[in-house]
Amino acid sequence: MKLSRKWLGEFVTVEANDRDFAEAMTLSGSKVEGIEDLGAEISNVVAGRIKAMERHPDSDHMWVCQVDVGQGEPVQIVTGAWNIHAGDLVPVALHKSTLPGGKKIEKGKLRGVMSNGMLCSLQELGLDERDFPYAGIEAAALLNDYKAIDPEKPSIPANVQAGHKILGPVVAAVVVGVIYNGGGDWCISLDWGTGNGNAHNVRLQNIHKGDMVAYHTETKTICTVADLHAEQREFPHCIPDGIFVMHEDCKPGDDIRTVVGLDDHVVEFEITPNRPDCLSVIGLAREASATFNAPLRLHEPVVKGCPEDAENPLARSLVELLDVETMDPELCPRYTARMVRNVKIGPSPKWMRERLRAMGVRPINNIVDITNYVMLEYGQPMHAFDYRYVQGGKIVVRRAKEGEELTTLDGIVRKLTPNMLVIADETRAVGLAGIMGGENSEIVDDTSYVVFESANFDGATIRKAALALGMRTEASGKFEKGLDPLNTLPAVNRACELVEMLGAGEVIDGVIDVLNYVSQPTVLPVEPEKINALLGTDVSENEMWTILQKLGFRTHRDGTVTVPSWRGDVKCMADLAEEVARFYGYNNIPSTLQMGETTRGGYTPEQQMERRLGALCRACGYSEIITYSFISPTCYDKIGWAPDEPLRNSLKILNPLGEDTSIMRTTALPSMLEILQRNFNYRNKSARLYELGKIYLPGGPDGLAHEPKMLVLGAYGDGIDFFAMKGTVEAILRDIRAEEVTFYPCGEDPSYHPGRCAGIRAGEQHIGVIGQIHPAVAANYGVDIELYCAELSFEALLAAQGAGAEYVPLPRFPAVNRDIAVVCKEEITVGALEACIRKAGGKLLREAVLFDIYRGQGVAEGSKSVAFNLTLRADDRSITAAEADEEIKAVLEALERELNAVLR
Amino acid sequence: MKEQLAKIRAEALASFQEAKAAADLDTLRVRYLGKKGELTAVLKQMGKLSAEERPVMGQLANDVRAALENALEDCSRRLEAAALELRLKAETLDVTIPGKAVSLGHQHPMYIALDEIKDIFIGMGFEVLDGPEVELAVYNFDKLNAEEGHPSRDWSDTFYFDNESRVMLRSQTSPMQVRAMETRSLPIRVIAPGRVYRKDEVDATHSPMFHQVEGLVIDKGVTMADLKGTLNTVVEQLYGKGTKTRFRPHHFPFTEPSCEMDMQCHKCGGAGCSTCKGEGWIELLGAGMVHPRVLEMAGIDSEVYSGWAFGLGLERTALKRFKIADLRLIFENDVRFLEQF
Repeated sequence: MKLSRKWLGEFVTVEANDRDFAEAMTLSGSKVEGIEDLGAEISNVVAGRIKAMERHPDSDHMWVCQVDVGQGEPVQIVTGAWNIHAGDLVPVALHKSTLPGGKKIEKGKLRGVMSNGMLCSLQELGLDERDFPYAGIEAAALLNDYKAIDPEKPSIPANVQAGHKILGPVVAAVVVGVIYNGGGDWCISLDWGTGNGNAHNVRLQNIHKGDMVAYHTETKTICTVADLHAEQREFPHCIPDGIFVMHEDCKPGDDIRTVVGLDDHVVEFEITPNRPDCLSVIGLAREASATFNAPLRLHEPVVKGCPEDAENPLARSLVELLDVETMDPELCPRYTARMVRNVKIGPSPKWMRERLRAMGVRPINNIVDITNYVMLEYGQPMHAFDYRYVQGGKIVVRRAKEGEELTTLDGIVRKLTPNMLVIADETRAVGLAGIMGGENSEIVDDTSYVVFESANFDGATIRKAALALGMRTEASGKFEKGLDPLNTLPAVNRACELVEMLGAGEVIDGVIDVLNYVSQPTVLPVEPEKINALLGTDVSENEMWTILQKLGFRTHRDGTVTVPSWRGDVKCMADLAEEVARFYGYNNIPSTLQMGETTRGGYTPEQQMERRLGALCRACGYSEIITYSFISPTCYDKIGWAPDEPLRNSLKILNPLGEDTSIMRTTALPSMLEILQRNFNYRNKSARLYELGKIYLPGGPDGLAHEPKMLVLGAYGDGIDFFAMKGTVEAILRDIRAEEVTFYPCGEDPSYHPGRCAGIRAGEQHIGVIGQIHPAVAANYGVDIELYCAELSFEALLAAQGAGAEYVPLPRFPAVNRDIAVVCKEEITVGALEACIRKAGGKLLREAVLFDIYRGQGVAEGSKSVAFNLTLRADDRSITAAEADEEIKAVLEALERELNAVLR
Repeated sequence: MKEQLAKIRAEALASFQEAKAAADLDTLRVRYLGKKGELTAVLKQMGKLSAEERPVMGQLANDVRAALENALEDCSRRLEAAALELRLKAETLDVTIPGKAVSLGHQHPMYIALDEIKDIFIGMGFEVLDGPEVELAVYNFDKLNAEEGHPSRDWSDTFYFDNESRVMLRSQTSPMQVRAMETRSLPIRVIAPGRVYRKDEVDATHSPMFHQVEGLVIDKGVTMADLKGTLNTVVEQLYGKGTKTRFRPHHFPFTEPSCEMDMQCHKCGGAGCSTCKGEGWIELLGAGMVHPRVLEMAGIDSEVYSGWAFGLGLERTALKRFKIADLRLIFENDVRFLEQF
């Protein structure tokens, strides 16, 4: 919400500078996002009156002007614009001045003639013709400016003389006199050789004495470039552009910012959705008044009106002219309308345009500007439509019919549904209620009867319709937050008052006001003790009353207040407490530390496990990543899952941002692969990453998801291979004291290399899977190196967590170490050999550690030699060589018997 | 014989001094003191001496032997020292060569920030809750006083799983307030960090998935002054003692009064700069007193109990904490980024 401080000043006088104003308003609840000084970029630009002008001696298109800028002596300024005349009032950028866009003006010579500044166009001041509609420029085709497109074949000879025929009845004529009649109207005296005379009512601004023009002898008019069917480039200086010739009440030397209304400061507020009343100048004035303890000057609109005249058929009464029916009363609590006749459409006055512009609204014409002005001032959206197109003189507020079409003011055909509310006449919709008017009833230049609509619509209906049509407007944005139905009447009266003030038409007596609701003001008890107890303050009862009063609450003797109609957000004690707190000052509330029962706090075992796993991964060199919970359905294909893989059943977002983020992941592997891919593409030589993140499995309670956590590791490069990653997983499992951990070959997981993948178990608990990513899967991610991943279930890790450490006495007797090497078939795994050794080994066997695998000379093809170091020890004595031999023998026998692994 | 002994002594001592290595000394030892050595050879001639001469010569010979042995010992020690010195010199390392790499992993900066926050609250007697991200709209909206028609319920803002808009991705961690109130015994002091989702396109400040930390305190006699006191303490711990804060009114459907908490800009000290967009203050979090309706809907008597709650955006906190300019870096997970923390 933008707010012009000048406009605000109409209702409340606040002396504070911008910074203090912003701070105070922010702290009382109207957050200021920024303040813009509209004229900040303009300096040293003043109004000037052209005293005299003559052609530049060394240029075919420049003028040398003597300009009175209120400094006694006129200053000399050279300009290339042709639309000015002696006597004109123009903006003058003096020596060392600045203009919007960071433009700096300094004096200098133009073709040898000193110029002490620059005359400015509207654009150079950051304005356009909508701001000053009278400043439009039209240009005559001056023959002395003619440049032939083809110099060999000029359409007009270079030495054209008065009286030369140009085309048809058009002849060349010399300007012998220029008289300004005022109102943008000139009388030009011409001599065309064979005759002379005056062209009257000329509105072309670039004609000066001595110019040669093309004169139409029959219509007695001076031709423009278009009249001659010529191209602009043939008359390069006869353009519809030039200096801003001002018709403003000002004198030479006046600061241009004041003259054109750029002396305003505009405050940008962030208004919270509970305060639609603050989406208006009056609403913010109310807040400013309470904030600065300055009186609020509200104004009751006064409409003179015009009575009906039974004799005059053009002066019928309002009831004769208009009838309003609301078909769905609950969707339209109130519909207020007034009418204006004999409307004269034209630009609105400068002060109104300035205010609209300051608030970011484009001026259009007086009637439309009035509706916008009232909306900004009162916060009540208004609509004006041309009565001519209200067929049957009847306005019907109803739901749209299924498929009904309406072309809105922006020229777009809208297909409507019965969930949308329209303003219709007897036969068709003429506007989308609360959103935008219809093109078919738009105010146009010849509109003469206007209906002003000031209505209250159901917020949710307006919001949904605007959303469905993709057209949130200023009006719908206000309605959707729920407006005060009591505001419609003052707003429509204000519009009528402005019509009379602007002389834009005659307001017809009477108001049509359809009331579909019963006004029920909220009355609340003021409970100072409760309020102080909630805030932790000691605000006096009196102060509370004062605060509430200045916010427009009506106070009563019985200790209650009536909430103002525009404060629909205030419903209970806590709401009153906020009002008190806002103006007592949030920062005056003390800062205390809670009393009361103490709570234990602390991390749960699960949270401790999370922290421990993270720390472990990092100790093993893995860095943490965070990835999105939603993925693309194609991810499942990319990681090689079969079409009937049950885990493909994912929660599907019905309105995703895009396909890539449309389903909730049931595996965290694709996210990891994507990050590995990204790092690979960034040419990072290696990466070791982990994520402890959720997956989302359908079938949870209440239709929600099971959201178990997964610990996913992913790595490539820098010596990472299967066993490097396995070592990390083993370290993690060892640290959490998981028991009976086994890794078993697992060729079934389609995401992994079938020969380089292991399932992981701790006892009966399935922990997860580890392996090299299947080369085909890696290729799907555009990666041609080996990627390694492990996916571990957090729940399983938690379940596998072993008991806390307990001291085991250190060995007191020496151990015997024996190396054995057995030859076995290639397919016998080390794990199987190890399991066999452990089983066969008696109580004395304490450790069996693999130390070598050999293939080659001396070992048959298809076989391998596997060497273990066995540690034998007793707790109560030194064991003998014979005991050890016996133990080893048993082991070797078992290996041979069960796995056909024989001593090498 | 006496001359012989003197000569041996002189020669031996001289030769010992010239020895360059332990091996040379060994050879010399054999040559002079060995069984077939020169001194032994001389001693063998003792038999030829008279009885008077013999003890004198014997004494003399023993003196020579002792002198030679001492000298040998000295020389050997000297040579050993020299050899050690030589070895140490040879073993000299270029200590500027980098050490053997031990690569430690790095915690994600956002979770570093989160852990700091968790630890602070744990220290104040809070517990940490986790809850569903696929959430019921009832918890995300209705029970938080954001009724049907609230704009954040729109399909343009929130992700839904069914056409009835019943199941959604939580758009805030605030539903954890309700879940905590419904399931836990009073008093309550919890924080609930987690992922939240909104329909925002990815850019430097937006992401469809981001993280919030919710906080909730419910007890008898809890006041807005307590809210201020607790949050001020937290901010001081996070951003340093003496950090200036301010509270300003705001609006959330589930708190009343509501506020936003700002921290004075650390860069300009409140004068206004590019970091704080000229305001002098940086927004930290939203908070407020739990709305009585929210308490009642969760089955808590609002006449007896009151509470306060806050919610802060974790990404913004981490970005501020580590001066990261672009939110996208958080989810990009480039190792060159991760290794900086």
